[in-house]
Amino acid sequence: MRQNWLLIMILLSSLLPGLVIFSLAESRRGMRTCLNLFGAIAKMVLVLVMIVGITRGQRFEFHLAMLPGLDLVLRADPLSALFVTLSSILWLLTTIYAIAYLENSPNRSHFFGYFSLCVTVTIGIALAGNLLTFLFFFEMLTLCTYPLVVHRGTAEAMAAGRVYLIYTLGGGGLLFLGVVWLNSLVGSVDFSRGQQLAPFVRSHGLTLKIIFYLLLAGVGVKAALFPLHSWLPQAMVAPAPVSALLHAVAVVKAGAFGIIRIVLDVYGLETAAHLDLLFPLMVLATVTIIYGSIHALRQDNLKHRLAFSTVSQVSYIALGISIGSPLAIMGGMVHLVHQGLMKITLFFCAGNVAETLGVHEISRMNGVGRRLPLTMAAFTLAAMGMIGLPPMAGFVSKWYLGLGALARGEGWLIGVLVVSSLLNAFYFLPIIYAAWFKEEEGEWPVDSGKAGPLECHWMLIAPPVITAVVSLLVGLLANSNLSPLAWVRFIVRTGYGL
Amino acid sequence: MISLLLQADCWLILPIILPLSGALVSFLRKSRPRWPGLIFSLLASLAGGSLAWKVMLHGAGRYDLGGWQPPLGISLRADGPAVLMVLMTAVTGLAISIYAGGYFRSRIAGREGDRRHVIQERFFWPLWLLLWGALNGLFLSGDIFNMYITLELVALSSVGLTALSGKPASQVAAMRYLLVSLLGSLSFLLGVGFLYKVYGTLELAAIQAVISLSPPVGVAMTMISVGLMLKTALFPFHFWLPPAHANALAPVSAILSALVIKGGWYLFFRFWQGLIPLIGDSGGLVVAALGGGAIIWGAFQAFSQQRLKMLVAYSTVAQIGYLFVVFPLLAGGGGQGAAAPYYFAISHSCAKGAMFLAAGTIFLQMGHDRIRDLDGVRQLLPKTAFAFALGGLSLIGLPPTGGFIAKYMYLSLAVGQGRWPLLLLLVMGSGLTAAYIFRAVAHILSPKMVSGSRQAIVAPGMEWSALALALVAIILGFIASLPLAVLQVTG
Repeated sequence: MRQNWLLIMILLSSLLPGLVIFSLAESRRGMRTCLNLFGAIAKMVLVLVMIVGITRGQRFEFHLAMLPGLDLVLRADPLSALFVTLSSILWLLTTIYAIAYLENSPNRSHFFGYFSLCVTVTIGIALAGNLLTFLFFFEMLTLCTYPLVVHRGTAEAMAAGRVYLIYTLGGGGLLFLGVVWLNSLVGSVDFSRGQQLAPFVRSHGLTLKIIFYLLLAGVGVKAALFPLHSWLPQAMVAPAPVSALLHAVAVVKAGAFGIIRIVLDVYGLETAAHLDLLFPLMVLATVTIIYGSIHALRQDNLKHRLAFSTVSQVSYIALGISIGSPLAIMGGMVHLVHQGLMKITLFFCAGNVAETLGVHEISRMNGVGRRLPLTMAAFTLAAMGMIGLPPMAGFVSKWYLGLGALARGEGWLIGVLVVSSLLNAFYFLPIIYAAWFKEEEGEWPVDSGKAGPLECHWMLIAPPVITAVVSLLVGLLANSNLSPLAWVRFIVRTGYGL
Repeated sequence: MISLLLQADCWLILPIILPLSGALVSFLRKSRPRWPGLIFSLLASLAGGSLAWKVMLHGAGRYDLGGWQPPLGISLRADGPAVLMVLMTAVTGLAISIYAGGYFRSRIAGREGDRRHVIQERFFWPLWLLLWGALNGLFLSGDIFNMYITLELVALSSVGLTALSGKPASQVAAMRYLLVSLLGSLSFLLGVGFLYKVYGTLELAAIQAVISLSPPVGVAMTMISVGLMLKTALFPFHFWLPPAHANALAPVSAILSALVIKGGWYLFFRFWQGLIPLIGDSGGLVVAALGGGAIIWGAFQAFSQQRLKMLVAYSTVAQIGYLFVVFPLLAGGGGQGAAAPYYFAISHSCAKGAMFLAAGTIFLQMGHDRIRDLDGVRQLLPKTAFAFALGGLSLIGLPPTGGFIAKYMYLSLAVGQGRWPLLLLLVMGSGLTAAYIFRAVAHILSPKMVSGSRQAIVAPGMEWSALALALVAIILGFIASLPLAVLQVTG
């Protein structure tokens, strides 16, 4: 029984602090911080216990009967461990960042309350053991993130919130329909590498195809697949920690994770290939990669550029899965972690620039590096990773994607990767150049001043520096036993037998 | 007395007797009706809960009043569906009673605390407990004449409650409600008369066992159905509902929307359930078409309302539709088919009750309920704002709520039987519901600050009861197997 309750405790470790935080008065900053940090650290310890258990072959499962024949299932497999670990580490860092970022701003109790709920639900998505449970948490994610998107309460924020809801709830509806349909066809759908669906391929081929596209549209909205991505740049009105969370951990990642689950665990590679589902997904991912990069080029607002960059980068995950060779799957899965680390760094840095200097446009970033050296150093590292320069994390992902594509005989994808990397360079390098090598143009719009020897509050600097260094290390030490790549190799070997 | 208590089946009459005695006691204690009202509400809830407990453990029960057997006497029967409805009334009713206690306390103590509120409270408790007892009687009655009596009692006490607020608008609404209700009852009674003439028995089960289609039976069933549709406010008979529900006192709105309409629907459902083969697919489709009209029309109306209580009232019009669209699915769904609308009914009861209670609190605190001026209510009334939002989530059918389970069951039935138009309707209905709910919730939960601080005039019980009811709607998202097990108990 101890094993079953571990998963529940992992969920509760952020849910309970979140609920308590809702009821705290605005002024109780210390209490709120303690609860947040306690929850985050407790969660990391529990996750560590879970991972050690998984490597020793223990099984962690929790069942709750929802309807006759339908259970809510939590299960820890290696893939969920990957996502859970990413979420809980980045949650801790983002919380630290947010505490400093939101200093003295109103409504912090609600902010951190929803923040904790958001992480709880993301972990729920990661641990979901069947399609119904996935849907259950996936829809809840919309609800917990909406208040964060509209947190500032301005007319612009409310409008962005409305667009966000229309997209995500619409997608949620399609996903719901797909899940109900699939469940009524084959019974409760477990994540079982497509074994449940295989017998129906002959008799219900068309139905299975339609259901696949319903499911894909449902998760594709959150994963910002073209043409369902329009909500993402608009949602940038949210405070920087929210953007960081949305892009690196919660929403977009949940969508990408959903694509992995649907292709590998619901349909299974063989069935998906048999039904010709992989090629359309590949085309969609490719289009999104190029489209997002081109649009990123045209943005002058830093957060908007990063948003379109996310549109492009997250589709690497879908691309890897759609190629379907073991190496490509590894590349896609490991990008789930790599992109998270790099993108969260970039958003932290963008938040620092905006918060400390009041600079939001790239055209005004000349000389920022002299005023914010640590921030811009972290930004530079992460951006180089995004471009895919060795030995950064992004290079590892692209390398495996390329190898995987070759193994499958899809050589043209190398071209796509190259073009995309060039585009990445075109939209990141000018920022780096301007920040370090151009002269400052007069005064900054605001300058909240240095905090002692540091360029701004240490809690705003530590998180991006840590994530930048980690994203360098996971690339450098990709071949060690503790790297995300090693874990992904473990997933692909043990989980999918590839 | 002791032996009567030990006698197993007397449990059945407690949910009826206790509220009725409460009505009497609170009526006699003119000056301070609140405490007897609250105490008897608690007792009535406990009676409802223990009945459900007992039925789940020991199976369905029946009780012949005064020992007379049917067809002469009045018989009560507690099978799964009946007991589930009694339980729903117990849970929702208790929350509403606690709310009402705080509500009247706040109003009497408030700035405008005049005689009017004292008089309102004096009549509220007897009428409400009378309604509670009558509703339980309606759910538990096994013969159709008894159903008519309880239906009439429910209607009269509801009309009285509606008129309580004393505003001209609610007087007009109450008068209209009374006329419609009487018309409905009359139609129902005529139908009952026809059935008795044809079959010589008043017991519903006995009639259903032998019923066959003939002109008088057709007329009877039509009259019964139309009468009940009028009372349930099924589109296009819904015109009386929004003004009546929206202009009533806050606890009364919740009673009417969460509980009273379920009474009419419950009878409709019990009459027709099992008779579906009699009317074939087309009959079910007619009812479903009306339900579909309700879902679409009600949602559009709800979306275009400027006042919060009107929005919630029109939402009830729309949600009633869901209770009826299920009819074409009953034939093919096995036991699952009947479970879906019942689960929908109990989640709607909790969710809608919470929303009306919350809307009433908001009205009281802000002095108005214009939706677009409700920004920042969250700062003043956090628990109430969350109660409203959580109730709304259940209506939309988002997890983790009872509404999600109900929607899942509906969709699963529709997909399983290949009813694509119905599926489209359900999906569209959810989208429209989301549109009008978020239109209100975006303001209520808006992070904007309210300028200036208002004096707190809301009693804590009002906030907590609404939140508790909303949490029950959430809990229903996790414990579906329990209510479904109750529902499976057959008589």
